Amino acid sequence: MKTKSKLNSNTLLLLITIALFFVLYAGGCIAYGAKGFTHFQTFLNVMITNAGLISVACGLTVVMLTAGIDISVGALVAMDCMLLAVGMQNGIGAIPMIILVLVIGLVFGAVQGYLVGYLQIQPFIVTMAGMFFARGMTAVICTDQVAITADTNQLFYDIANAKIILPFGGYTNNKGVYMAPFIRVGVVIALLVLLIIFLMLRYTKFGRSLYAVGGSEQSAAMMGLNVKMTKLKAHILCSFLASIGGICYCLNSMQGSVQQATGFEMDAISSSVIGGTLLTGGVGNVIGTFFGVLINGTISSIVKTNGKLASSWPNILTAALLFVFIVIQSIFAAIREKQKA
Amino acid sequence: MDKDVILTARGITMTFPGVKALQNVDLTLRKGEIHALMGENGAGKSTLIKCLTGINDFEAGEIRMDGIDGPVKNHSTRDAQNVGISTVYQEVNLCPNLSVAENLFIGREPLTALKTIDRASYNKRSQIIMDDLGIEVDVTQNLENYSLAIQQMVAIARAVDMDCKVLILDEPTSSLDDEEVEKLFKLMRDLKAKGVSILFVTHFLEQVYAVCDRITVLRNGTFVGEYPIAELPRVKLVAAMMGKDLDALEAIEKENADFDKAEVVIDAQGISHTGTVKPFDLKIHKGEVVGVGGLLGSGRSELARSIYGADRASTGTLKVKGEEVKIAQPIDAMNRGMGMLPDDRKAEGIIGDLSIRENIILAMQAKRGALKPIPMKEQEAIADKFIDLLSIKCPSREAKINQLSGGNQQKVILARWLATDADFLILDEPTRGIDVGTKSEIQKLIIDLAKQGKSIMFISSEISEMLRTCNRMVIMRDGEKVNELSGDLTQEGVMNAIAGGEK
Repeated sequence: MKTKSKLNSNTLLLLITIALFFVLYAGGCIAYGAKGFTHFQTFLNVMITNAGLISVACGLTVVMLTAGIDISVGALVAMDCMLLAVGMQNGIGAIPMIILVLVIGLVFGAVQGYLVGYLQIQPFIVTMAGMFFARGMTAVICTDQVAITADTNQLFYDIANAKIILPFGGYTNNKGVYMAPFIRVGVVIALLVLLIIFLMLRYTKFGRSLYAVGGSEQSAAMMGLNVKMTKLKAHILCSFLASIGGICYCLNSMQGSVQQATGFEMDAISSSVIGGTLLTGGVGNVIGTFFGVLINGTISSIVKTNGKLASSWPNILTAALLFVFIVIQSIFAAIREKQKA
Repeated sequence: MDKDVILTARGITMTFPGVKALQNVDLTLRKGEIHALMGENGAGKSTLIKCLTGINDFEAGEIRMDGIDGPVKNHSTRDAQNVGISTVYQEVNLCPNLSVAENLFIGREPLTALKTIDRASYNKRSQIIMDDLGIEVDVTQNLENYSLAIQQMVAIARAVDMDCKVLILDEPTSSLDDEEVEKLFKLMRDLKAKGVSILFVTHFLEQVYAVCDRITVLRNGTFVGEYPIAELPRVKLVAAMMGKDLDALEAIEKENADFDKAEVVIDAQGISHTGTVKPFDLKIHKGEVVGVGGLLGSGRSELARSIYGADRASTGTLKVKGEEVKIAQPIDAMNRGMGMLPDDRKAEGIIGDLSIRENIILAMQAKRGALKPIPMKEQEAIADKFIDLLSIKCPSREAKINQLSGGNQQKVILARWLATDADFLILDEPTRGIDVGTKSEIQKLIIDLAKQGKSIMFISSEISEMLRTCNRMVIMRDGEKVNELSGDLTQEGVMNAIAGGEK
């Protein structure tokens, strides 16, 4: 027996997000085409700037799928950057420092995940403690702004400045020089993360149990899934991805500083929500999150290209978008209720 | 252990704070039998099941299973599934946001060579499973797109497919219609033929006699006895469950007065709610019990909801005691002396984490407004009065309502409306999921209230209980009020009216 397949409302939300991104981007192109917005590189720059955010937001989507939240990721990114900067300044190699940062991410997530999963403490509270801890530790490591230069660590510097030239989409500038489009290492890492998490969510037992736990924790337990372990793993993964994001972020900022990446967790949450992830859990997809990040990035880019708008405008536009999305989501939920009745 | 026995539980004891939930309870399940577990609400049926499935950690006693040496102690549902015990609960324990197929296979998905889940394979297998059971679904659709009945069938399909030796069905039929129940029974018999043992918990006596081989009866957390079905006629079964004779059931007597001259409390004219109820007229007199009959989905509840303002009426006028009123939301109805007991008491009635006292006071407080709190002394007095009056069984008035059994929760909600001095009560399925004893108590209560001059609208799926309590019956079909029966109500007459046969 085959019933005709209806367009799932979650899929529809994702399509709206994607469509919105294109509308926004097209708007930018029309308004600021003269300022070079139409160049492919502008889009690539959005990706380069937000490579770290993509990885962090993927992690948050994973946690939010279980109906959890993690607000420690921004502080963790700051701590990662500071560790990298100070460690390399003191002569430790780039590779050992990167490994250290990743291990710290795993441990950080394991502690938070244990508290959330096994001791059943509200994830908001747990990760708020984590946030204060990481931000505090950043200052303990060093209160100064520590820049990473070629002198600090040649390898890290080279990785950060490596241009990966794309074979298409270039343009010739007004001086007649061909500008080849490029991305940076961070973008490659972020896209790999995105691909892996997408496949994991869709095709692994762990991925599906995240959805099950978020859909109904009690049911998931009744069906024999290990809810506590699932939550623990989700937090480990989130903090690990935040550390990967931290490394990508550091490759852009090339410094460690206490005030770095403030509010980064909120950017990640808003990207997930705009991308269709529900805070109540069980619904969401990293492809949506990816477009959420791009939408946020495009808004910033448009405001920057305009040059006259105050830098607080991206916040206001993001607020407006979030508002629109929450309203659309609740309308969809209402329609679904009605259809069922 | 005997050869033909699959599971024994001996001397199971379990206490909750303040309550002995189970005391020295035995259970013996034989291979390939359908075994009913019967008892009133609060008898300990659910607790016993939770001991078997590893949710409750019982204090004393032991469980043994065929083929396993030594006692079995499950610590989680997964443990229980591993030894071959699967359970389907009254509330569907599935994930609405996953597809039907995923709900069938999650936690045990077939894997591909790459150790990833094999979607195509389990989608195909799921469709075969559901087709075999005669359940028409597209397994790739999310579960939330289907009705509660279908969801229940999916839950059963999941348990069945897990190669279980012991299948526990905890009130699986309470949300199914007759046809679906029949399908379920067929399935149960098929499974029995394959040697699966089924422990069947239900409140419907008919269903017990339709499929079961043996009955174990519990009362107040103790083991009353185990009987082959042939040796335990209905009357004896009820007596065993209640510990008293059936006389109480027969003693209900309704007032058969002539209400035409009594004051008209509710006078609805042309009330409708777009999409659910077509315009209807209805008069309800003081002291009258009006039943609303019809099939599930015929607009029974919706009729009540549109009067009460839970669904805002789209057309028509409503007069309460001769005065025309506008009811846009429930609080307006409450202020006019109406009260409503919704059919979904879990979602719309009780507030689980509040105490019994707080649940009783709730509507009264809402009516007074939040700025005029009722003094604690008064609250306690009111709560005690109703706990006593309705004989609500509870450890104390400060106990959380969650700890009460379904029937007692229902009484608390009833108390809530009685406390507001409501003189028109809408009771939507007040006896669903409630044992026979409490059922008859509630029916008696309805008649007593009517005698005191309250008007009652009584909605129920059980015609027999409406016959016993109602003075008049309104029949709904496809959202339309099709008939009104009064005088001598008979089962046949009501059935014909509901079915739409000759009048």
